[in-house]
Amino acid sequence: MMVFLQQTINGIALGSVYALIALGYTMVYGIVQLINFAHGDIYMVGAYAAFFAAGALKLPFLPVLLIAMATSAILGLTIEKLAYRPIRTAPKVTNLITAIGVSLLIENLVRIFIGPNPRSFPELIKVQIINIGSLQINNLQIVVFSVSVILMLILQFIVHKTKVGKAMRAVSQDKDAAKLMGINIDRTISYTFAIGSSLAAVAGVLVGIVYQRIDPLMGVMSGLKAFIAAVLGGIGIIPGAMAGGFLMGIAETLTKGYISTQLSDAIAFAILIIILLVKPSGLMGKKTSEKV
Amino acid sequence: MTKLKERTKYLIVIGIAVLVYLVLANLMRYQVLNNYHIQIITFAGINIILAVSLNLINGITGQLSLGHAGFMSVGGYVASVASIKMGIPFLPALILGGIAAAIVGCLIGFPTLRLKGDYLAITTLGFGEIIRVLFVNIEYVGGARGLMGIPKKTTFDIVYLLAVVTVLVVINIINSTHGRALKSIREDEIAAEAMGINTTKYKVMAFTVAAAFAGIAGGLYAHYIMYINPKSFDFLKSIDIVIMVVMGGMGSIIGSIFSSIVLTILPEALRQFSDYRMVIYSLALILVMIYRPSGLLGTKELSISGAAKRLKKLFGKERGVKDGTSKS
Repeated sequence: MMVFLQQTINGIALGSVYALIALGYTMVYGIVQLINFAHGDIYMVGAYAAFFAAGALKLPFLPVLLIAMATSAILGLTIEKLAYRPIRTAPKVTNLITAIGVSLLIENLVRIFIGPNPRSFPELIKVQIINIGSLQINNLQIVVFSVSVILMLILQFIVHKTKVGKAMRAVSQDKDAAKLMGINIDRTISYTFAIGSSLAAVAGVLVGIVYQRIDPLMGVMSGLKAFIAAVLGGIGIIPGAMAGGFLMGIAETLTKGYISTQLSDAIAFAILIIILLVKPSGLMGKKTSEKV
Repeated sequence: MTKLKERTKYLIVIGIAVLVYLVLANLMRYQVLNNYHIQIITFAGINIILAVSLNLINGITGQLSLGHAGFMSVGGYVASVASIKMGIPFLPALILGGIAAAIVGCLIGFPTLRLKGDYLAITTLGFGEIIRVLFVNIEYVGGARGLMGIPKKTTFDIVYLLAVVTVLVVINIINSTHGRALKSIREDEIAAEAMGINTTKYKVMAFTVAAAFAGIAGGLYAHYIMYINPKSFDFLKSIDIVIMVVMGGMGSIIGSIFSSIVLTILPEALRQFSDYRMVIYSLALILVMIYRPSGLLGTKELSISGAAKRLKKLFGKERGVKDGTSKS
């Protein structure tokens, strides 16, 4: 029982990272129906930006976070403008392959210019372990969890209460109708990429703080798992992505705790396959039929 | 009349294949090509099998699969285990690998091929990874250390023969009724279904056939470099094969053949820039998708018209085409 609780706590911390990445996937997918394969790499670049901001400039936590968010947001905007915008109306397969190409490009540019070896992330926040009975919680886990919850609340506010959010929801429902209503589609999509990418950057910083290790390929597996989290919750649905992220995190740590470390990646994909077979629209999704 | 035409087409394909073989074999016999060259040509042959078979799923049926390396690994492992631990001769072992991969392809195909587009891509990617993780965890085949001591049985001749067989089988499928059904699924799945085509059945069929060839390619690969580990069949290997298909042109068999050859030779020729290989690849992939989404060689007309006609046309101005691809 103690192991279970401990792993659940670890899982919630890991899950909030997945949830943050998943939000970017789900927002982008909701609005342009594209699996942004490069999203995991945007997260990686965010972590590297924080690494340099914290290591070279010796900045404290908050400015580091903001620099990482800005870097990733700019990267996301650039990718959207240069690679995705020209093929927005192309078939899905074209979009997906382009996204894979962008992902490989970012990974390999980072490998060449920054180096393929893992870097150890500077200690931004001193680790303190809090004991509750025989349960261990460290303050990093609390930081990770609270930062992500705060950001998710801010995101909910943006999406539901602001003009940009309304435009985003309108575009994701019906692009043409939104255009007729005077919404600037390109700008709305840019906002979506910027917001999603900066959330991924936060996830990158948090992972850097907790695991103290970043490498150019860290985005591949985390990105895929976050995407699975988005599908699990119902793609395009923001609360779904959060729930999916937490579930994925908990499932992963429980697998690590009870079954085997190596199988945890396989479990993620098994979850994906099961959810797609049983309820393809995700846990919180509504059933839609394809238009002919 | 059409029957006869079809037959002449195949004869032309086979004729060209024999001709190319004779040229290559003689170049090898007189040692114009050294062992290093032969190795590259053999890898190109294995890649042709992989790309052409994947084209059946990605190009002809229009279902993006990102797990081809997974089938390759099943074939590679089964064939290797058959020849190391069971003492089965090379060819039956290869076929066993192919059958095993086909069974896995069929098993995976049934549930997943009801999915469309992006979901299918992610799921196949997931299956590729699951297969890899499973091999890492099976001690019988060496786990993460890999499987050593596979006899070196793969020769240029056998790879060439099997590549030709793959191309012929795939062309045959494309030109049959089944092929038209597959293409109709690519063009519009809902319409195809409305016309009474059992889309799941056809997709599973394409998946199974492609997986079988990938398995054979895996067996050939294992028996050539004599060592395999789960890492040799990871996600990046799948992407490599997808890049070959996409660059050559989705749905264009001749495109897959050319791009497999070019993309096997290119990294060897650019060895001193090997760090930049993936950067160049990925940039090329993005640019091709933006400016020429149908691939470098493949356009729709090419894939719809008879494959042999295509070959004939290309053969007429082969030099021009070759120059065009090597520049890319």
